[in-house]
Amino acid sequence: MQIDLESVFSGYSGKREEIIPILQDAQEKLNYLPKEAMRKIAKFVRVPESSVYAIATFYAQFRFKPMGKNHVMVCRGTACHVNGATRVLEEVEEQLGISEGETREDMEYSLETVACIGACSLAPCMMINKDVEAKINKKKVAKIFSQGN
Amino acid sequence: MQVKLDALIEKSKIEWANLYSSKKTVILVGTATCGRSAGALDTINAIENFTNSNGIECEIIEVGCIGLCYAEPLVVIYSEDKPGVCYGEVDEKKVKTILKAHLIDHNPMQKYSLGTFGDEKVEGFPVLFNEPVLKYQVRRALAKCGIIDPTKLEHYLSFGGYEGLKNAFEIGPEKVIETVKDSGLRGRGGAGFPTWRKWQFCHDSDSDQKYLICNADEGDPGAFMNRALLEGDPHALLEGMIISGYALGASTGYIYCRAEYPLALERLHLSIEQAKDIGLLGSNILDSGFDFNIKIKEGAGAFVCGEETALIASIEGYRGMPRPRPPFPAVKGLWGKPTIINNVESLACVSLILKNGAEWFSEVGTESSTGTKTIALVGKIKNTGLVEVPLGTTLEDLVFKVGGGIPNGKKFKAVQTGGPSGGCVPLELLNTPVDYDSLNSVGTIMGSGGVVVMDEDTCMVDFARFFLDFAEKESCGKCVPCRLGTKQMLDILEDIVNGKGKIEDIKLLEDLSEGIISGSLCGLGQTAPNPVKTTLKYFREEYEAHIIDKKCPSKVCKELIHYWIDPELCVGCRVCLGSCPGGAITGDVKVVHVINDNLCTKCGMCYEVCPPKIDAIEIIPGSSVRVV
Repeated sequence: MQIDLESVFSGYSGKREEIIPILQDAQEKLNYLPKEAMRKIAKFVRVPESSVYAIATFYAQFRFKPMGKNHVMVCRGTACHVNGATRVLEEVEEQLGISEGETREDMEYSLETVACIGACSLAPCMMINKDVEAKINKKKVAKIFSQGN
Repeated sequence: MQVKLDALIEKSKIEWANLYSSKKTVILVGTATCGRSAGALDTINAIENFTNSNGIECEIIEVGCIGLCYAEPLVVIYSEDKPGVCYGEVDEKKVKTILKAHLIDHNPMQKYSLGTFGDEKVEGFPVLFNEPVLKYQVRRALAKCGIIDPTKLEHYLSFGGYEGLKNAFEIGPEKVIETVKDSGLRGRGGAGFPTWRKWQFCHDSDSDQKYLICNADEGDPGAFMNRALLEGDPHALLEGMIISGYALGASTGYIYCRAEYPLALERLHLSIEQAKDIGLLGSNILDSGFDFNIKIKEGAGAFVCGEETALIASIEGYRGMPRPRPPFPAVKGLWGKPTIINNVESLACVSLILKNGAEWFSEVGTESSTGTKTIALVGKIKNTGLVEVPLGTTLEDLVFKVGGGIPNGKKFKAVQTGGPSGGCVPLELLNTPVDYDSLNSVGTIMGSGGVVVMDEDTCMVDFARFFLDFAEKESCGKCVPCRLGTKQMLDILEDIVNGKGKIEDIKLLEDLSEGIISGSLCGLGQTAPNPVKTTLKYFREEYEAHIIDKKCPSKVCKELIHYWIDPELCVGCRVCLGSCPGGAITGDVKVVHVINDNLCTKCGMCYEVCPPKIDAIEIIPGSSVRVV
């Protein structure tokens, strides 16, 4: 696969402190961080590839496998936990047919859990792409995904 | 530039006054993340459709979060002949009914209203700000959230915005630090260190370059006060940062904000541009000779970056791992230069202190904890949302007066403060005041102000396990006590909730807690055992029930409960039988159903589908099958 990151690099000068923002922009553009991108980023900032991996694997935001068209993030924050997030996650897994951390083969959905999305007063909640679904329960989950399929 | 700002302030104040004195209809809609999650953008569409098709001239203002998140989406309507009325849970379906009543029939609807907005009374409507949820609050940092349009600098200015900055420039950096000292302000992000003292260190150090960092990487699960402030009143933070930068002698400020807050980031970028345009950022700000610029860094999702030295490492482009202190960042921080890290709310307080004075600030609160604190009130509580109360308010008042108590007639069990670093406070200690020192004395911390309420259905062992799971995942791995200690504690807690606990485990948990607290490098490890320590202290009997009786009294831990169909109540409708994914239920039409415990996976499906009128299925603590 030919990966072009020139449009990302054009906004940076290649300093070490720019690694995280570059990784963020590259992921935004490519939807994940393939090996080729990591190699190019390492070269651009003149840092060993292993160091770029060390940074990228440290932060929860970065992914090394492609995401689905719709990215589902189930919140497991405290308020969500107390209000039944575990059951919600079970139902989402059941509906999508994948487990936490996986992407469906048809590339329609990928599923992740997050520590907190900050909508605690409407717990339990989940995020589908950039939209927050609030006060969800098993029934609501089933409804949301049956519309999508 | 000063002239330009003064002219804009003058103009903004006139425009704001005109907005509400004109006969035009004004509609406020809360569109912070919480409002949007509840459907506020659809509500706005519906409002526009209605007003357009009925030829009603109106101005819709998107405002931030006023904190009544339980009633989102919130809509406030000001029409020509009536004072503002606030409506709650206005989904798109209700819009037509409410607008028709209010704007066409001139008859505000009591049924969906929460009360009037402002001081004017309307027969039959409560005054919203006199309702318990708002009456006990003192709204300062949040005063403009939900009132102004956060995308308009003019709105911020019309409420006295940037007056604090003007005052700061008049009195000079030393006096600014003195004012903050006199106010008694303590850091609002965690440990409660006096803000002025940090500043003084940095101010006194001799360096060609100093940095100010605003920590907006709100990582505590259960806390969202910074998000609400950034989304609802972003200029309050910028003003505080400029004042702080001026006091420190720093020319560059960073805002380290989580990438999970897209709306807050958008608002920050916009506000910075607005401030630059009017000369509030850049060189020679308001002819003071002071230069200051603000850059935004997006956090990439690591809780440990709330720790100062880890946050600095992250900005420098490394793994966010802490380093031993001293040297403290105020002496040697970002790129080796003196650096101050302040929380969003602390900096917003600075704007207010410089505007209204130190004395005003310390009018409320306690002697050692002055001012107010924004608190995210969540969990099993009626009025979930964001509140701001004077420090020193008791937990009891917070939960039962402001929060409205526990929903669904359940019993209160505990309240947890301070996120994963905090502890649980039981019923007996509910008279504990919410201030830094009192919370410490009962084994918990203020943290960033997250308060999670638990009722009788929350299992305290499972809750402790939840936090340890979080700490174990978020441990950066640098020091052994934290990396391996949290893992060991988590393993033991997993055993206990799975019915494999041994009585010696309690002592082992206590020993591990002490080791991790004293041996860890940074705050994450040093506080990670707090949830376990406090639950062991106040809810030891729940641990014993799990270990000795193999029962989960709160009916949460799957391995320590079983489902049972009451033969007296079961009518044999086959609903549960058909829904059981494990085929564990036997019976027939009008024949009592029975659960085979050996096949039951405790998914709870039968419990959920049993028709409420029949309600034949019970969860019983203790496993009916022997746990091997």
